[in-house]
Amino acid sequence: MSIGVRNLVKRYGDRAAINDISFDVKTGEILGFLGPNGAGKTTTMKIITCYMPPTSGTVDVDGMDVREHSLEVRKKIGYLPEMNPLYFDMNALDSLEFAAELHGLRGNAMQQRVKEMVDVCGLEAVRHKDIGEMSKGYRQRVGLAQAMIHDPDVLILDEPTSGLDPNQIVEIRTLIKELGRAKTVVLSTHILSEVQATCDRVLIINDGIIVANGTPEQLQRTFQGAEEIGLELKTSSIRPIEEIIPKLKLVAYVNDVALLSHTGDVSKFEIHAEKGNDVRESLFRMAVSEGWIILEMQRRITSLEEVFHTLTTT
Amino acid sequence: MATFSLSNVGPIYRREIRSYFQSPVAYVVIVVFLAIVGWFFTSDLFLINVASLRIVFELVPLVFLFFVPAITMRLLAEEKKSGTLELLATRPVRDVEIVLGKFFAAWTLLAAALAPTLIYLITLSALGSPDPGPVITGYLGLLLMGGVYIAIGIFASSITENQIVAFIVSLLIILALFMADKVLVFVPPAVASTLEFISIDYHFENIARGVIDSRNLIYFGSVLGFALLLATTSLERRKW
Repeated sequence: MSIGVRNLVKRYGDRAAINDISFDVKTGEILGFLGPNGAGKTTTMKIITCYMPPTSGTVDVDGMDVREHSLEVRKKIGYLPEMNPLYFDMNALDSLEFAAELHGLRGNAMQQRVKEMVDVCGLEAVRHKDIGEMSKGYRQRVGLAQAMIHDPDVLILDEPTSGLDPNQIVEIRTLIKELGRAKTVVLSTHILSEVQATCDRVLIINDGIIVANGTPEQLQRTFQGAEEIGLELKTSSIRPIEEIIPKLKLVAYVNDVALLSHTGDVSKFEIHAEKGNDVRESLFRMAVSEGWIILEMQRRITSLEEVFHTLTTT
Repeated sequence: MATFSLSNVGPIYRREIRSYFQSPVAYVVIVVFLAIVGWFFTSDLFLINVASLRIVFELVPLVFLFFVPAITMRLLAEEKKSGTLELLATRPVRDVEIVLGKFFAAWTLLAAALAPTLIYLITLSALGSPDPGPVITGYLGLLLMGGVYIAIGIFASSITENQIVAFIVSLLIILALFMADKVLVFVPPAVASTLEFISIDYHFENIARGVIDSRNLIYFGSVLGFALLLATTSLERRKW
């Protein structure tokens, strides 16, 4: 079940919340939607889920346009809105039954499905408890269970882990990964480790436009700056540091060598090399020929945080 | 889109009913309603020695002015404020089904509040023999009038996230409809007949007298339908 977004624009008055974005989500893919608050993530999700129409552009889910086949599309989508709104005066079972009924499930089929979701989402212990009295983690489970109640092919999750403690985040993330195995999932977040832990592909959106699109690894590679290597050396006898640095600089592609610390016969360096050149092998050979012992050598990778920061602040 | 189904009115109606009767809301409003109506009925009975349901049919429309906005104010405003409307509207549910489900739930609560006043009828039958015609049409009139008020209350609740605003707006609209024929002496005759036709109390009094005239039924039906249509449209406003 694929999603296709074409030239989507949504204006609120004069302000464009999203400004001409296009992307595809392939069947079975988990797409992470990343961006600062107010970038247009939620607006895009509200359009995909048929809550409101775009100003212009189209969205189709499984080949059906969200405006022309709104009811059909809504049958295929499970949605967890931002802030996870729930009926606080209902208990978990009632609220799941209500959600199931709205999808046309009745009687045994409904009971069966509700029971399944209670099991899958681990709601057994709280099934008779009012949602208003539940912890945030359990509320999130109820929200997910509701979104999944009709076994939708597409899951749209708007910040599914916001406001949870680290343990709950891990639990919900595992749950999403399990549930999302056979489904097309779009999840928004501003937690970058979440994207790395759960998503096949990342879409970074800023100020209503897409600024990056690719797998987490691709993004890191694309936005990788100069090569940076941390090196810790032990020299057999105490030698002046002035001797080592020029030798390191002789290695091909090395631009700069900075000394971080130097105690006795152990020295730490930070080596900058030209972008796209792995100098680790040459450094190793140089160390061997000089009789140095490498205690530690580490290639520094641009984190997704840095990619995100570069793309969304200018 | 080919078939026009209203199958989701049921679940929404049942959820709303449960929400009324599982919280103190329903019981508080019913008790207050019965206390007021009962006070006037019994004081007429014992003080003036008149055994009549007339007071019920005169007083209840006044009590409805406050009773109905109180039970309708949260229906949509609360869903908008808490965000649960988004949950509802992204299911395969039509906006009109949401409005109708809530309308029938509030109407049921109103009927539940009205039902115990039938005890007065038993009292009256013991004391004399009341004419069943006006009693039956009187109750029908109260239900229709209440239905119109509820439809207006739901519309008021659909335009805001604030329940107090919803209460005041619906009170103002139904007060205007109610008062329209109370100011006839102050206006020129040409306007007077129009005002009279707009007035909900005028149509109610006709029905309560024991005459079911299609003019009155059409009035109730069209105002009720129009208010529900406005509520649905206002709910769809997010799509404009």
